[in-house]
Amino acid sequence: MNIPTELRYTKEHEWIRAEGDIGTIGITDYAQDQLGDIVYLDLPAVGAPLTQNDKLGEIESVKAVSDLYAPVSGEVLEVNTEAVDQPEAVNEEPYGKGWLIRVRLSDASELDAMLTNEAYDELIVREMEEHSD
Amino acid sequence: MAHPYIPLTQEDRKELLGSVGVTSVDELFAEIPAEHRDPVFDLPKALSEPELLSYLEELASRSTAGLPSFLGAGAYAHFIPSTVDAIISRGEYLTAYTPYQPEISQGTLQTTFEFQSLVCELTGMDIANAGMYDGASAMAEACLMACSVTGRERIVLLDTIHRNITETVRTYAGGRDIEVVLVPPSHASLTDTDACLAVQQPNFFGYIEDLGALSRAAHEAGALFVVSQDPVSLGLYKPPSAFDADIVVADGQPLGVPLSFGGPYVGLFACRAEYARQMPGRIVGRTKDLEGRTGYVLTLQTREQHIRRERATSNICTSTQLVALAFTIALSTLGKQGLRRMAELCYHKAHYAAGQIAALDGYELASNDEFFQEFVVRCPVSPADVNDALLGCGMIGGFDVSDRVERGLLLCFSELHTREQIDDLVKALGEIRG
Amino acid sequence: MADRDDFGATLTFDLSRPGRVGCTLPPLDVPEAPLPSGDLLRDDITLPELSQPDVVRYFTQLSQRNFSIDTGFYPLGSCSMKYNPRINEVAARLSGLADVHPMQSDETAQGALALMHGLQRLLAEITGMHDVSLAPDAGAHGELAGILIASAYHNSNGGPRRRVLVPDSAHGTNPATAAMAGFQVESIPSDTDGNLDFEALRAALDSNGDSVAALMLTLPSTLGLFEPRITQIADLLHDHGALLYGDGANMNAMLGRVKPGDLGFDVFHLNLHKTFSTPHGGGGPGAGPIAVTAALAPFLPAPHVRQDKSSARFSLETPEHSIGRLGLFHGNFGVLVRAYAYILSLGAEGLRGISEAAVLNANYVLTRLRDAYRLPYDRRCMHEVVISGSRQKANGVKTLDIAKRLIDYGFHPPTIYFPLIVDEAMMIEPTESETKETLDAFCDAMLVIAKEAEATPDLVREAPARAPLRRLDEATAARKPVLRWTR
Repeated sequence: MNIPTELRYTKEHEWIRAEGDIGTIGITDYAQDQLGDIVYLDLPAVGAPLTQNDKLGEIESVKAVSDLYAPVSGEVLEVNTEAVDQPEAVNEEPYGKGWLIRVRLSDASELDAMLTNEAYDELIVREMEEHSD
Repeated sequence: MAHPYIPLTQEDRKELLGSVGVTSVDELFAEIPAEHRDPVFDLPKALSEPELLSYLEELASRSTAGLPSFLGAGAYAHFIPSTVDAIISRGEYLTAYTPYQPEISQGTLQTTFEFQSLVCELTGMDIANAGMYDGASAMAEACLMACSVTGRERIVLLDTIHRNITETVRTYAGGRDIEVVLVPPSHASLTDTDACLAVQQPNFFGYIEDLGALSRAAHEAGALFVVSQDPVSLGLYKPPSAFDADIVVADGQPLGVPLSFGGPYVGLFACRAEYARQMPGRIVGRTKDLEGRTGYVLTLQTREQHIRRERATSNICTSTQLVALAFTIALSTLGKQGLRRMAELCYHKAHYAAGQIAALDGYELASNDEFFQEFVVRCPVSPADVNDALLGCGMIGGFDVSDRVERGLLLCFSELHTREQIDDLVKALGEIRG
Repeated sequence: MADRDDFGATLTFDLSRPGRVGCTLPPLDVPEAPLPSGDLLRDDITLPELSQPDVVRYFTQLSQRNFSIDTGFYPLGSCSMKYNPRINEVAARLSGLADVHPMQSDETAQGALALMHGLQRLLAEITGMHDVSLAPDAGAHGELAGILIASAYHNSNGGPRRRVLVPDSAHGTNPATAAMAGFQVESIPSDTDGNLDFEALRAALDSNGDSVAALMLTLPSTLGLFEPRITQIADLLHDHGALLYGDGANMNAMLGRVKPGDLGFDVFHLNLHKTFSTPHGGGGPGAGPIAVTAALAPFLPAPHVRQDKSSARFSLETPEHSIGRLGLFHGNFGVLVRAYAYILSLGAEGLRGISEAAVLNANYVLTRLRDAYRLPYDRRCMHEVVISGSRQKANGVKTLDIAKRLIDYGFHPPTIYFPLIVDEAMMIEPTESETKETLDAFCDAMLVIAKEAEATPDLVREAPARAPLRRLDEATAARKPVLRWTR
């Protein structure tokens, strides 16, 4: 399972790539694998305010629907309309062309409380063990 | 004792018990609290097939059926093509369930896709679902959907809608503090807190509503325009899409479905494409299999209860698929020409009857409004007495609407009525004096 | 006719040729009236134009692409895919039942009303409840009625309650229904034996306990297990003024053996299309009558059939505090006729024979499969058994693959991936309708597939090979929905 070192993660399987006060948000490789073929993204509009840990949208596969949570607070700057039109991008490149939204962070210190790649790796190993009882 | 529905023999039973490792079937029920196990059941003793049939035949004979009838009021006797029962009786359709495994359910799936396509063509709308329980629950779900689309919590219904439909809407809205109001067509003005304006076409009394004006009233308030329309009338009248309807529902019973004392029928549900993800019920979509062959699957399932649970668009699961199939076969058999012909025959027979009855002493049409196949006449005596007299003449009269229209009787005509039957009705009515 | 290799590509609309007709209607024998004006009159409609043989052949060929109970074993869990007796079809088509208009006067519909009243009484006796409404058109419709009744009952007995509890093993209609009726839904976990976690239930009730309206419980559970503490659960709820709602999808396990009313249920819905043999029709019509206690009877939906004691005549009535109407008329009468005929053909002894055979058959399947598949709860089952494909999954063969492979062996797959709390779940309900030979053939196939999952996993992953179609692309269907025919 691909877990890039430079990103920060949530326990709900979102990632964020922070560059200054701009953050790019998506779901992890593990999350897309668990969901299976992604068919629909319900994302906020540009300009929408985000509050850390609040629901920001939904992601749907053929037979599952999953809530997306805001890893940070801020404002939506851009929505990946190409991924909305071709949701399979999230399956193919969850950290690349399958990104979801770009936000302006209102409090960069929120990033500090997020999971590192090592911590996220431990989290999914635990989850996988629980699944394979 | 052996029963035809239970194939296990005593020998089988012994073998099965042995494999399972118990000495009697009772052990398998041991978790039921002992004090409640095996109570006395006060039930009639089993009937053999011939006994059962003669009992049911006797029961059936206690109702009046098969007489010329002029009852409509929400359920309509029309010609049902012989193809319908022949096909829906096939075990392959009759005894399948929800098509969870598309590879071996293409019969159900493809016919449902046909159904959705026919409903779209009939109503003029972009998309349709696989069907609801009936026209009333379809209307209720349409109104709730309008609430979720608009984020508003007030449903406005014209008071000319069938009362059984408006009451169903009230029941569905009841748990959620959604307000339901009835207004007359002349006072259909909405505000920006109203989710929808819902109308019935033709209305309960058989008359044609001004869909254009009502649609404008809804849309000026930012509300959705919801229309419930008789499917046979759509062979003759412009579809609700021509009046900018947002959601169209109907009871599909008039096409291919026997009266059957009120059910099972099928609710048609169609809407604009942009509302696809807010639609209740099952939806079938077209796709390909691994080898590139066309096939059909249940799709957009994340709206539904088995996935979204408490956040589903509706709780509906089992609906009335076989009745949707009956509708599909009936409409495919009638086809473009047959539906138009059926609608025109209904129209002409009703207008002939209206002219004849209006000419009778003591009778008058309750309205000069345009009508399709039903209309209200004011009788010289109470409609209940009129119906009694008609029953005495070997016919079932109309529906008594005297609680809404003074001495009003709602009469319905279709392609099945002969001129002779209509003339007999007129003659019988003429002999009733105030 | 349609392309045999790509049958799905050709619909009635494509077969259509201008001028063909499928039936004739009587000639116009009255003077023509002027048609509606141009702003109302429809100028064109796109509908198929087919001859009658076209129609019959197309829909017959399509029927052959369906699996059904009539063509094979259909062990779809919690759906009771039992034999649908043909006498019931004959009964429903009797003119005195099929041709009665729902708006006829009660006086001219006495036979139909007598049948409904008779069924109300039979179902009340079978469930051990006070009264029954036949108005709901399906199980989920019955749930809605039942939960609205619970809501109305609380509103008139101490004030509104806002929470409904639902076990984590519940069918999705339970939480969806509670939400539709305006309730907050709370999930109650199952314990390690597969029973409802009694302490979790107690905790939920103790926290603001007088706000719980009801617990919605399926009995036996969707795990096919009987809840041994059922009466304690009922007592606990009642102590907190809450009601016990019963989802009767699995009533086939209890017919003639136990009355839900005796166990403490306040409302209990039945699925006539499951337990009482009415055909599933590819997804309905069904019927979902609800049975209630005396305290809840005044809230039953309209209409309800009553019999006048002195005249013995039947009539439709609206109960005193009715939650209202659920649909256009009186419920799915044609389905009620079939269920009525079914009960009369069985009697008390026959009903008991149904549950006995259903439970014995399920335990036999459990016994035969328990070594090859993981059994998440190692105890005897009721009328259905839930097994897990988690062992096979470790080998790269998912439960979906096993299901598809069963198709190649001529069987309909069980319910899969449900209940949600069992990883790679397969829920097998054989029903009472099957012979030992069929059960053995099915179990043999399951055992062969378990071996194939180890030896030749690709064979399983690529199944089905012997169905009319291979696996379908559901992802594209959902991404770019095509929901209707277009020219």
